[in-house]
Amino acid sequence: MKKIISLGVVLAMAAAMLAGCGSTSSSAPAAATAAPAPAASSSQAAALTGSVGTNGSTSMEKVIGGLSEAFMENNSGVKVTYDPTGSGTGIQAVIDGTTDLGLSSRGLKDEEKAEGLTSKTVALDGIAIIVNNDNPIEDLSIQQIADIATGKITNWKDVGGNDSEIVMEGREAGSGTRDGFESIVGVKDECKYANESTSTGAVIANVTSNANAIGYASLSAVDDTVKAIKVEGVAASEATVLDGTYKIQRPFIFVLKEGATLSDASQAFLDFALSKDAADIITGAGAVPVAK
Amino acid sequence: MKAKQFVERLMNALFFLCGVLAIASVALIAVYMIVSGIPAIHEIGLLDFLTGEVWASTAAEPKFGILPFILTSVYGTAAATLIGVPVGLLTAVFLAKIAPRHVADKIRPAIDLLAGIPSVVYGLVGVSVLVPLIAQVFGLPKGTSLLAAILVLSVMILPSIVSVSETALAAVPPEYEEASLALGATHIETIFKVSIPAARSGIAAGVVLGIGRAIGEAMAVMMVAGNVANMPALFDSVTFLTTAISKEMSYASGLQRQALFSIALVLFLFIMLINVVLGFLLKRGGRKEK
Repeated sequence: MKKIISLGVVLAMAAAMLAGCGSTSSSAPAAATAAPAPAASSSQAAALTGSVGTNGSTSMEKVIGGLSEAFMENNSGVKVTYDPTGSGTGIQAVIDGTTDLGLSSRGLKDEEKAEGLTSKTVALDGIAIIVNNDNPIEDLSIQQIADIATGKITNWKDVGGNDSEIVMEGREAGSGTRDGFESIVGVKDECKYANESTSTGAVIANVTSNANAIGYASLSAVDDTVKAIKVEGVAASEATVLDGTYKIQRPFIFVLKEGATLSDASQAFLDFALSKDAADIITGAGAVPVAK
Repeated sequence: MKAKQFVERLMNALFFLCGVLAIASVALIAVYMIVSGIPAIHEIGLLDFLTGEVWASTAAEPKFGILPFILTSVYGTAAATLIGVPVGLLTAVFLAKIAPRHVADKIRPAIDLLAGIPSVVYGLVGVSVLVPLIAQVFGLPKGTSLLAAILVLSVMILPSIVSVSETALAAVPPEYEEASLALGATHIETIFKVSIPAARSGIAAGVVLGIGRAIGEAMAVMMVAGNVANMPALFDSVTFLTTAISKEMSYASGLQRQALFSIALVLFLFIMLINVVLGFLLKRGGRKEK
């Protein structure tokens, strides 16, 4: 009998704990949504409803994720969806009219503009080329970087450094940074990596610990544990990315139909993404905001 | 009386429910793996999938050949077993037959602790100690390699080999060993000619258990192996079946994502095969003891 009672007590305690967990987890988001509510009511006269469909670049996942989260917090009636299909598919979806906003991590080609498309740049993605702090290399050309990535140059002395083998650090297939680096430098699917890491932090850690390593990382993630080298004589910084002199960068753009009217919700989302309010979110997602 | 019977029934039902839960989980996972793994294999073609030497899942013309992963997993596990089994078996012999009781009682908890260390810690030690060491000893530009993964795995499988083998050795009837000693064999001769052969099915079970742990390990391997989809070479950066899934899962989409499920299915079949072998060995061992 005693055992049954104690069992009952244990069950009751477990239930109480579970209940405790449940209530804390359900109250947290409530508090989070409650806070920005006044801001929303002051900026938006009439509550928006509807949905905003975005479709395209997989590299923009973090930027769009951050933007849509913030937007939906302020406009609870709007649902922003995101299909990570790739820039080409996203642009085609705008032409076909199957999405509200196309997403592309490259500029529109002339033949795409001829289809009546226009674009709005939401952010720039700068990719820093990083080497170990002990590496004397300061500056590489895009061609040299491409040759290193594809394994044509395998020794640092061939680009003016020490006589030691180059270790190419990269990201895993599917990573937006990898896709960005490979497509800008022109080495798509030809890179010979020594290591593939699953995060920017791991790439930086590998370059920090290996004097022969070279790698790439989002500009915003680079700190002083590694050296971001100059590319074609230009140092990587937000300023050089913005003025276009730093070459290893690409635009994140919204693709629209020229002259077509967007739904109220889509227009509001677009305005928000291009506004100054979104700058911090874009920086947080690892890109350089263009709104001033 | 009635209340007692009721409690009896209730507890029976509870035990049954717990048993069903375990079986249901296994069945659910098996069905899910098969359902989600088959489409990509069908699309890629079984032969191209299993024997293709190039994995380029995000290329303009994607290639989904997982032979590099299969071979890396097989070679890596085999080599780790080759290192781990002699060390583990001799440790088990030492603990069961040679060490004085108070020494064995101190070593045993240490080995049990080895089994409890999270794999990420193995990986952390591997990447900060072993990887630079390999680079230094062999004069390589970087230490992340199949070799590093093999060494980490060989330590990770030790506990299962040692504890199962030790139990098997301790269960050898003392009469066997006494008879051997009485015939004039030395202690060491007795161990190798009598005790180990008598305990061989138990030892084999320990080895298979170790193999299962090695082939299923992802975290520690991912941290030291370099994760490039090369065909296996001792000093090259390689990808195991497990790490192929975990490294690409977060950003994968479409066929790439489905192909990762197919890799998981292949891995699942490997593990099932190992479990069947294990069950067979244990059953044979059990029958012999009767």
